[in-house]
Amino acid sequence: MRMDLIQPFINAADAVFAESLQGPTKIGDLLMEEGAYHRKGVAALIVIKGDIEGRIILDLETEVALKVAAILTGAEVVDNEQTVRETVCELANMVIGNSVTLLNDQGYRFKVFPPEIHANDEGLAGSRDTEAMVLAIETTCGNIFLNIAMHHLARRRHERDTVPVSS
Amino acid sequence: MAQFAALLRKDNQPVRYLVVDDSVFARKNIIKMVQLFGGEIAGEAGDGLTAIAEYSRTKPDVVLMDITMPQMEGIEAVERIVRQHPEARIVMVSSVGYQENILAALQKGAKHFVQKPVKPEVLYEILRYVLSDDPALAGSPVALAGEHRS
Repeated sequence: MRMDLIQPFINAADAVFAESLQGPTKIGDLLMEEGAYHRKGVAALIVIKGDIEGRIILDLETEVALKVAAILTGAEVVDNEQTVRETVCELANMVIGNSVTLLNDQGYRFKVFPPEIHANDEGLAGSRDTEAMVLAIETTCGNIFLNIAMHHLARRRHERDTVPVSS
Repeated sequence: MAQFAALLRKDNQPVRYLVVDDSVFARKNIIKMVQLFGGEIAGEAGDGLTAIAEYSRTKPDVVLMDITMPQMEGIEAVERIVRQHPEARIVMVSSVGYQENILAALQKGAKHFVQKPVKPEVLYEILRYVLSDDPALAGSPVALAGEHRS
């Protein structure tokens, strides 16, 4: 996993949370994980395909999402599933949009698929080779978790094309 | 929350905005800001197609337009609105702010671009700028709603 592909997402998330939630943020410890991701609350999964490929999961607990919603709208919010989903979706869109901007200006071209919201009891399955960077960003509303798995497709193509030659 | 001098039309009426975004949250956030600037909401739309219809119906002074939306994206909506209404003043509001996107929007007729998350003081200055080149609209605040502290 290349940190230069991960860093724009971390930077963008930190900046977006600090600005939109109007308070200080702190990036927690970075961990590498493999396999399925275990959600903490409601998660948005965004898939990227192109020069770089992978997925980003943005995950927050319902209580945190409701606090975020109140700040984003500047009003009291109704505690329902739709509010939580829209909040997670909006945060994910802002983080991804800002990350995409950074990566696109570096010359990468790729397609971003709309966020899929996961709120049921099933886990988020990862493929067998999914190695992801996991971190929590501490915000004034609580922790927001990010799980980022990203690969440079050119390298992966090369790996796929390197087929052992049998004699 | 910072206070801003009201942006008004030359006839002392509030500037009327059409807010276009598929996210209810984003629309609420933008609406909150333009109301802080003394503006009035002429209409809302959640996609480009509805935005075109709403523009014709409400004739707003300024459109605040997201880019990535279902059915019809913001840049195509800008092109169609400007083709029908060359006087339209459209500011793109999007989290996706890479150069190609911005250039495409400007080439289709958008007046400016602001990246999400939107900072009120940034949006305020952009709106002042966009309104200033329209002889029918006030270029500078004429009614003070408070002191602008950014």
